[in-house]
Amino acid sequence: MLAGLDWLEAAPADFRSRLKAVRAAIATGEPVEEALHALALARLDLNQLTQLAATVETYLATAPAPGPLARVRLGIIGAGTLDLLAPAIAASALRHRVLTSVVTGHYGSAMQEAIDPGSAIRSAGLDLVFVALDHRTLGLDRTRMTGDEAAEAVEAALAMLRAMVAGLETSAKSGVIIATVVPPLEPLFGSFDAVEAGSVHAMIAALNAKLAEWAAGKGIILLDTARAAASVGLENWHDAGQWHSAKLAVSPDLVPLYADMVARVLAAVRGTTRKALVLDLDNTLWGGVIGDDGVEGIALGQGSAAGEAFLAIQQMALALRQRGIVLAVCSKNDEAVARLPFQGHPDMVLREAHIAVFVANWGDKATNLRAIAAALNIGLDALVFLDDNPVERAQVRRELPMVAVPEIGDDPALYPRRLAAAGYFEALAFAAEDRQRADQYRANAERAAFAGTSDMAGYLASLDMVADFRAFDATNRARIAQLINKSNQFNLTTRRYAEKEVAALEADPSKLTMQVRLVDRFGDNGMISVIIVDRESWEIDTWLMSCRVLGRRMEDAVLAEIMAAAREAGAEYVTGRHIPSAKNAMVADHYAKLGFSRIDGETGGETVWRLAVADYTAPDLPMQIDRANALP
Amino acid sequence: MDHQEIMAKIAETMVDVFDVDDLEVTEATSADDVEEWDSLSHIRFVITLERLFKIKFRNEEIAELKNVGDLARVIEAKLAA
Repeated sequence: MLAGLDWLEAAPADFRSRLKAVRAAIATGEPVEEALHALALARLDLNQLTQLAATVETYLATAPAPGPLARVRLGIIGAGTLDLLAPAIAASALRHRVLTSVVTGHYGSAMQEAIDPGSAIRSAGLDLVFVALDHRTLGLDRTRMTGDEAAEAVEAALAMLRAMVAGLETSAKSGVIIATVVPPLEPLFGSFDAVEAGSVHAMIAALNAKLAEWAAGKGIILLDTARAAASVGLENWHDAGQWHSAKLAVSPDLVPLYADMVARVLAAVRGTTRKALVLDLDNTLWGGVIGDDGVEGIALGQGSAAGEAFLAIQQMALALRQRGIVLAVCSKNDEAVARLPFQGHPDMVLREAHIAVFVANWGDKATNLRAIAAALNIGLDALVFLDDNPVERAQVRRELPMVAVPEIGDDPALYPRRLAAAGYFEALAFAAEDRQRADQYRANAERAAFAGTSDMAGYLASLDMVADFRAFDATNRARIAQLINKSNQFNLTTRRYAEKEVAALEADPSKLTMQVRLVDRFGDNGMISVIIVDRESWEIDTWLMSCRVLGRRMEDAVLAEIMAAAREAGAEYVTGRHIPSAKNAMVADHYAKLGFSRIDGETGGETVWRLAVADYTAPDLPMQIDRANALP
Repeated sequence: MDHQEIMAKIAETMVDVFDVDDLEVTEATSADDVEEWDSLSHIRFVITLERLFKIKFRNEEIAELKNVGDLARVIEAKLAA
């Protein structure tokens, strides 16, 4: 299942002719990014991945304007030859909506690539570097005689990686990804390898534990190659013949899987991972058809194999919700009937309170998915759709190729495994905000219902909003970085800064930074806005807001804070900039609405705006502003 | 599978592996004739052939090959064995 990427559809028989059509479109300058993404959605073999990667390279060489896909420049340094892996990563990244150009380090010179500022990797202007060393390159390929020697060997391996990261992080602005080390298959002592600190097996385990600690402290981004190898089996991962003849550290059979795993991390860095899981009901969350079988008749719960399998699916969905993935329902049913198990079945794990948007009707699913995305205020490309019915899946794929639709097979016992294996929800952090997000989306739906009952000003006043403004700080750094990298729609410049760049901003006196939180009578909305302003030019470098709080006059509140700071500093004007992206059209008039005047000519779609401090009067706002925690 | 059928399948495979469409493959075709046939794509070529014909090559078998005709003969012998 894992090695075959079974959650993807089989590659189309006419893959090559479709690819050639895209190549022709590149030559004539037509938009091709969605077509490239669509080509990558299938289960591709090494040759197809390589062809697709060559097409990406051709496309990027035309220096295309920003499109719907995110972009990454990735360097790879590793043990053995990377020549199969590099193109496979570029092609697989398309699947996760990232256009990737890859630079590979020279074979056998990992350390030089990392520490020499003039190396191919260091001088390539990269966003990320992926370092995948093995036990041989790290000196952990022979048994040590004492515990002390073993500890020294592990420390030396770690020191080597530290030196590499120290060199690389000055050249890779979004960070360094380090792979955990895959243990060799062959035992020396047998089970005692796990006990004896000097065994290769034990030293690798010790190093991997230290890598995880390092990643927890945000020094690196971890890619758990060792776990992937364990999942497919070390016997399959290591191909001794290929290592000896071609220096392939990973069996060619597993390169498509490994490349997809790297691609997921790129997606997590660029914020193109999915945000919501949309669930079908009949034969997806329970066995049988609720309209025919009734609450008593559906298969769900302990006591039958089928009932337990569906229970496991619900438990996985709930676990995803608890880590911040929003749940929705999309079912062909009468709504009242579809809700019955949620309300009255004793074994249901999922309850109505867990579902942010519940759509049950007889319309087609693509239309309903559009409505769900709109209700949640997220893009269709943030959705994963789980449905047991291949006809529904095919319809959604055809109409909405940006929605992720896993092939889940026909055995409910294996649905959770297929869904998890697809890696749609890869994360780099688990912030306090993630724990509350699903509740926030639900509260938002309630607010929307409440809004229908009164006039706008009265509604806003009745929300009892409190906005808390403070400067960037270490406590909220991870969340700030997450928003900077994930916000697409209400984002004026879509400038991405990695966590370490955010850390640098905290200490930079030439920058005014703000993080804004909003609490109202329905609950804590969490961090809803991030602003970076240059204190010298008084240009707004970054202004992004969560779409969840649109229409709450938060933009007026933020502007009031910026203008107050500018006035205090004696600035004459505040300047704003709109850099159009494929997703931020909603803020094209942002500065016009706030009273700014446009000052630029027409250049490349970017617009520049200015507001004189003397002309600005702070408005009355329907909220309380809390600056108690604001830094000077 | 006879020699001609194997040759035809190899030619088909080469389009996919080397990502070239206008390739005329004969018995005498070798890496020197195909610009995209380098040591890297050669690894994929061998892996693809192994999967297609459900065979395994030994390193020394590959090393001795001079052209596509030789390759087809090695595959033919393996399939017959």
